[in-house]
Amino acid sequence: MTAQLLLVQALNGLQLGILLFLVAAGLTLVFGVMDFINLAHGVQYMLGAYLGAAFAAATGSFWWGLALALPAALAAGLVLEVLVFRHLYARDHLSQVLATFGVILFLNEGVKVVWGAAPLQVPIPPLLDGGIEISPGLQYPIYRVAVLGAGLATAALLWWLVERTRAGMLVRAGATNAPMVAALGVDITRLFTLVFAFGAMLAGFAGVLAGPIFSVEPGMGDHVLILAFVVIVIGGIGSIRGAFLAALLVGLIDTLGKSLMPNLMRLFLDPSSARQAGAALASMLVYVAMAAILAFRPAGLFPVRTG
Amino acid sequence: MREAWAPLAVLAAFAAAPLIGYSGAYETTLMARAMILGMAAVALAFLVGGAGLVSLGHAACLGVGAYAVAILDAHGVTEAAVVLPAAIGAAALFALATGAVAIRTSGVHFIMITLAFGQMAFFTASSLAAYGGDDGYTLYGRTEVAGTRLLEDRLAFHYLCLAALTLTWASCAMLLASRFGRVLRAARENAQRVEAVGLAPYPFRLIAYAIAGAVGGLAGFLLANATEFVSPATLSWQRSGELLFMVILGGAGRLWGGILGALVFVMLETWLAQQTPHWKLVFGPMLVLAVLFLRGGLAGLVARRG
Repeated sequence: MTAQLLLVQALNGLQLGILLFLVAAGLTLVFGVMDFINLAHGVQYMLGAYLGAAFAAATGSFWWGLALALPAALAAGLVLEVLVFRHLYARDHLSQVLATFGVILFLNEGVKVVWGAAPLQVPIPPLLDGGIEISPGLQYPIYRVAVLGAGLATAALLWWLVERTRAGMLVRAGATNAPMVAALGVDITRLFTLVFAFGAMLAGFAGVLAGPIFSVEPGMGDHVLILAFVVIVIGGIGSIRGAFLAALLVGLIDTLGKSLMPNLMRLFLDPSSARQAGAALASMLVYVAMAAILAFRPAGLFPVRTG
Repeated sequence: MREAWAPLAVLAAFAAAPLIGYSGAYETTLMARAMILGMAAVALAFLVGGAGLVSLGHAACLGVGAYAVAILDAHGVTEAAVVLPAAIGAAALFALATGAVAIRTSGVHFIMITLAFGQMAFFTASSLAAYGGDDGYTLYGRTEVAGTRLLEDRLAFHYLCLAALTLTWASCAMLLASRFGRVLRAARENAQRVEAVGLAPYPFRLIAYAIAGAVGGLAGFLLANATEFVSPATLSWQRSGELLFMVILGGAGRLWGGILGALVFVMLETWLAQQTPHWKLVFGPMLVLAVLFLRGGLAGLVARRG
């Protein structure tokens, strides 16, 4: 374990954190504004990855794939909202969990029918192929740096949208007290639909970006979904700022834990059981962190609703 | 009070099935699966409908019970007198430890934190390389009862599952009707008022959570014996979702809805899987429709007719 390896892992962790943030941002907004728990948000990330892969393969260009996948992900989000989710806003959380679970089953199987069960490979666009030297003798893939940059830019854009525009003001107001916003004459249903579709597109964007790094396969959204839930619970539901910080935290904990834990365990155990115990501990680390934070701050780090 | 007969009718149907010709390996395997999942679903209905605790990590308790069987099996311990208490105890302890943190939260946070604990158990199970890791672990044989291979007998196992299911349902129903259950139900409706009359809901909820966990452990013990195989899939979060679906399908307000929901779920899943390998393509939308239109669940339908 050298300082260089640590640097690479930290960068990987940040980049996972950024992807998580893109997924969690939509989730936390939908959750904060509509009090709607959407398990199907993870499959929207998966759908984005598949759409990106399919369009990229059809057009032969990653960029066209990205350009076409974003509106397609947005449209998919709209269709789902109108068909299913809209009817669930007034229902209890249990109904929401189950109905969106049904959507997960359908879409996970659906992509299997359309694209097959085998993972798809998405080539890295030639423009971003290769590596850059981040310290003497250490190459880091340009694509991953680009993902980091794109994610940060999106986060900045999102911050501007939420904090500085009228639509963003309504979203923040909705997260604090939705009935009051409706009473002041805002068409809350339209706001809900917009927020929802936008969140779906952000998740889809994360999916397209993740395509060349992770394999595109059915069920790829489930793991991300659960990590995104951890992120918004740690960050405080409805808080974009909380989601951003918590996403980076979770990304770092997960990635660094997976590379450091087995080595750390080797101090106490023999190599084979150290690998086993280390892997187990590393996968649990994120959840332990969440439990610890919730034990002290049950509403997360940056709670939006007071009382 | 015709509704009171409905759960007894379902249990009686399970009891009669092997006597009227449904005693083949295929039928009894299916029924055992339905009864075992029904047991877990009843415990979950006790939590959801009784205490208002929507857990999305109930499969983890099942898994802890099942893995207790597997781990003891790997070390040559197959005596039920040891294995059964170990499975139930481990699951109850797991529920007690995770519940102690989870019950401090409420609403959506509770759903997510139980989901997170479930995932924690899932990853732990996948990393147990000595017990099969991701691939799972095949038992050397079913658990022995006082040195005999009683559980290998198809009918004995069938009636054991039925007895466990009946016991689970009856004790959960009695618990809910007792003073303990009254506090749980009152806290579900309005926790503040319960506190105002001088009772803290927390210990009541925690005990309810641990009891549901113990029942999950019992179901896990039976499940491991039914399939003679344990894998991390037993405690995947999808399984927790399926258990919640059984509760809702049956009717969350009624304990026996869990039994009905599990039975219909298992039959539906088996039938659909025979029609097409992509059965989830049909099953997913059915789930959505059931949530949207079948309020009160199947048990609610029965009750309205009755």
